[in-house]
Amino acid sequence: MIINHPILGPRDAQEFVYLGDANLINRPDGMTAGIEAFHDYLYNRDNPAGEHRELWYHEQGDRSWLVVTRNTVTHEILKVELARDVAKAQGRSK
Amino acid sequence: MANQWQALTALGNEMAEVVEIGPYRIAERFDVALASIAMRRGQDKAFAAAAKKVKVPLPDPARHETGSPFSAFWVAPDMWFVEADFATHEDIVAALKPAFGDAASITEQTDAWVRFDVTGERMAPLVERLTNLDLAVQPEGFASRTIIEHLGVYLVKHGANSLTLYGPRSSAQGLLHALEVTAKSVA
Repeated sequence: MIINHPILGPRDAQEFVYLGDANLINRPDGMTAGIEAFHDYLYNRDNPAGEHRELWYHEQGDRSWLVVTRNTVTHEILKVELARDVAKAQGRSK
Repeated sequence: MANQWQALTALGNEMAEVVEIGPYRIAERFDVALASIAMRRGQDKAFAAAAKKVKVPLPDPARHETGSPFSAFWVAPDMWFVEADFATHEDIVAALKPAFGDAASITEQTDAWVRFDVTGERMAPLVERLTNLDLAVQPEGFASRTIIEHLGVYLVKHGANSLTLYGPRSSAQGLLHALEVTAKSVA
């Protein structure tokens, strides 16, 4: 599998480490959001057959976190973004 | 008494090791000081100005740029490794910190890595057995982190017959062994 890195171009998937669902970026505030929201964030994952947004870490490369949109049925990679750009677009500054 | 404080190289010797196998020459280097420099968020202008002032090149992604006294290669977004002559810049952080101040986070890296300069004709068959990077199609000045055996290393391509590897210092012997075995199999 080849992941088309937004900065470095096509790189072999063996250079990357998979973390999981990209919704991990959206951590609720544990003090105000309530136990249900935090429980949902911590334990519940969608497991779609089809398009899935995932977090990948370019460990043996530039050490950047990526949001990869991938079809879990065909393994086709539809979109690759830097996770920090995704977070910034959502109004997150960190 | 002086010898009592002789610094050892990454391979544990007093002198840098040089191995010649067929067309290949693998030379350990311990005369290069190394530091990582990462731009702090929102400090773009101050960072660029400081780099210009002390003549630290800031090459584009996946690039190495040679300069004097500092050379540098890109390692991550807004982060570079800076190289300098060990004899004149042993304390490389002290040389950089006054110029960059709060615009950058600078970390000494000199003794965290072992450096090997590999030279020789027919570099392609050697490199394609060691790493998944297609080095033959990369231009001079290409720099990237990659995997050799199980080790994360930085690779810089200086020319068709010349490259530099930075590997983890604690695995210096293992990296050299990997280079030797591969060189013997293709020499």
